[in-house]
Amino acid sequence: MVPLSYYLALSGILFACGVTGFLIKRNIITIFMSIELMLNGVNLSFVAFAAHWHALSGQVFVFFVMVVAAAETAVGLAIIIAVYRTRETLNVDQINLLKL
Amino acid sequence: MTTSLHLWLIPLLPLIGAAINGLLGKKFSRQNVVRVALIFCGAAFAMALYVAYRFPSLAMPHLETVAPWIRIGSLQVDFAFYLDQLSLVMLLVVTGVGFLIHIYSVGYMWEEGGFYRFFSYLNLFMFFMLTLVLASNYLMMFIGWEGVGLASYLLIGFWFTKDSAAAAGKKAFIVNRIGDFGFLIALFLLIKHFGSLNFVEVFQSISPLKPETAGIGLLTTIGILLMLGACGKSAQIPLYVWLPDAMEGPTPVSALIHAATMVTAGVYMVSRSHVIFERAPWALMVVAIIGTLTAFFAATIGICQTDIKKVLAYSTVSQLGYMFMACGVGAFSMGIFHLMTHAFFKGLLFLAAGSVIHAVGGEQDMRKMGGLRTKIPWTFWTMTAATFAIAGFPPLAGFYSKDAILWQAYSSPYGSWVYWFVGVFTAFLTSFYMFRQWFLTFFGEYRGEGGEHHDPHAGAVSAPHGDEHGHGGIHESPKVMLVPLVVLAVFSVIGGWVGSARFGGFLSPVFHSALPAVQMAAREPGLSEGVLTVISVLAALFGFGLAWLLYKQRPQLPRQIAETLGGFYVAVLNKYYVDEIYATLFVKPLVDGSTHILWQGIDRDVIDAAVDGGADGAREVSDTVRHMQSGNLRSYAGWIAAGAAVVIVYMIWMGTR
Repeated sequence: MVPLSYYLALSGILFACGVTGFLIKRNIITIFMSIELMLNGVNLSFVAFAAHWHALSGQVFVFFVMVVAAAETAVGLAIIIAVYRTRETLNVDQINLLKL
Repeated sequence: MTTSLHLWLIPLLPLIGAAINGLLGKKFSRQNVVRVALIFCGAAFAMALYVAYRFPSLAMPHLETVAPWIRIGSLQVDFAFYLDQLSLVMLLVVTGVGFLIHIYSVGYMWEEGGFYRFFSYLNLFMFFMLTLVLASNYLMMFIGWEGVGLASYLLIGFWFTKDSAAAAGKKAFIVNRIGDFGFLIALFLLIKHFGSLNFVEVFQSISPLKPETAGIGLLTTIGILLMLGACGKSAQIPLYVWLPDAMEGPTPVSALIHAATMVTAGVYMVSRSHVIFERAPWALMVVAIIGTLTAFFAATIGICQTDIKKVLAYSTVSQLGYMFMACGVGAFSMGIFHLMTHAFFKGLLFLAAGSVIHAVGGEQDMRKMGGLRTKIPWTFWTMTAATFAIAGFPPLAGFYSKDAILWQAYSSPYGSWVYWFVGVFTAFLTSFYMFRQWFLTFFGEYRGEGGEHHDPHAGAVSAPHGDEHGHGGIHESPKVMLVPLVVLAVFSVIGGWVGSARFGGFLSPVFHSALPAVQMAAREPGLSEGVLTVISVLAALFGFGLAWLLYKQRPQLPRQIAETLGGFYVAVLNKYYVDEIYATLFVKPLVDGSTHILWQGIDRDVIDAAVDGGADGAREVSDTVRHMQSGNLRSYAGWIAAGAAVVIVYMIWMGTR
């Protein structure tokens, strides 16, 4: 039996990877993937707790997160394609029309 | 029995005229402006005559309530009109003299710009003056009171492009405000202590009160405050300074507002409040002293004036002083009698002076007139009637009223030989300066430039101050101006024949409670009325003789006398420097205080500084903080991550405690 702390540590590492990627990467696709990584890091902690406490609600919650993530991915990718078509770039530093 | 005379129509008619001319008059031809103004003013006069005709059959006082106005708790003020003998006299004087002056103005103002504006203002003045006269409560009276002040301001500053006229208008308005302040406080005291402003109710609740002989009580305070208001409106010491400056207005305005009607509003108000004054002997004494002092003081200034209108202005102030002297010794009806005769002869004097100014092409300096007797005979003869009337020559109007006042000043329980003596001396001064004006204007040689040798159409003689009437050549005024002169001249002659006794008898229902027996014991007059009459006529004759000697026979004498008197003469010539003293004592400290403390100190450095400081502070903070909102997505994410990290650290720290 793998102890809970291992799962949580992995979950934290995944989340941190996601945050780091989100902050330092410039390509929107990569940033998008980093968000997914953060979501899955959180998901991992949910199922870990659910297994540990023998409570189903954590696993149900994960399903919800996955559904939302799928929807978000669909919308997000559509936006990314639309952005690419208009701006011919995926570099976030150049997508700055709203910047001061 | 309540018969309605529709009194509300009387003030309203001129208001309609003012509205029509004021709003639409710009597009009217001059004839139409005149029609509107004269029809509505004349209709008011006709109404007044009708009211006088119906008067004997009315129960006094006749009250007509038109509509409720203010209902606050127990205080109730209505749009209501009040007619009794006193308001009837005022009504007839105001509408009658007012109508004549409207007619005169047609001729006098024909060449002027802003013709419709002038008549709109005149009608507006009539509206407010009639409201004042017919009001049934102090608040309505106050509306009329303020309204005539407004009309006066507008008309003094009629030639508003001239700085001195605009300044004179402002001066009149501001000085009047000081008096109105006293009037208002008196009204507040009435509300507080008697819970009403209606003449009927207030006087009913005051009637049972005992006279305040001991000291200064409530009624004395109210009386003195009312007198302060009257001082402002009726140009008495210490607030008389605006009236001479008000001569900047067109001459018909000086005649209507600043001689015949508006300035007498104070006398009317004091007489209307006689119930209060009779129970406040101290206040009555203040009225008498102010009146006597003003009469004398203004007469001395009048002697040295060279501007034909300024002489009349100081003469008006002086005559108003007589009226207050009469009120102050409890002879209210004699004050009103003099008010009426004064309206005739002083209105006439101003109109005639206007005719003179018209004739000599805008010149107002009497030193540049002279010898006009034969050139403008109508003006000369009407002005002669008025001059003899004001000087108190029997049997002209001024003689009867002035004599009655002097007799009352001497013999009334409130009177004293001091009032009488100053009054007689003032009568001598009045006679002197009026005949000085008469001789300077109409006798001797013409001292102006050009004059009769001018081609009648040679263009304007320059008018350094006053009415611009460039015609060139001395000429008699048109008929439309002469008719009012003649009518007023007739009244100046016969206006006093009604006799003070009969006039007083007519007004006695109004003043029936005058001089309740309670106060002082009646004094035994030392001299009989006949002797006093002879003395005052002698004073008038003496004034005539002196003026004749100085300004007809030996014209070089006045200069020698002036040189002998030296500094005193200069002081009188400069009106005792009262304007300068007021400027130093009140105006300059006020302006300086307002500039340095209120404006630059409080307004700019405290209020503005606080508001501006708040705005500046908000902008500076925003300037700093807005750099967070860079538009860089990843910096936002970084902030979110950092915030989340802080929350996590906090929770861990809380958990480990």
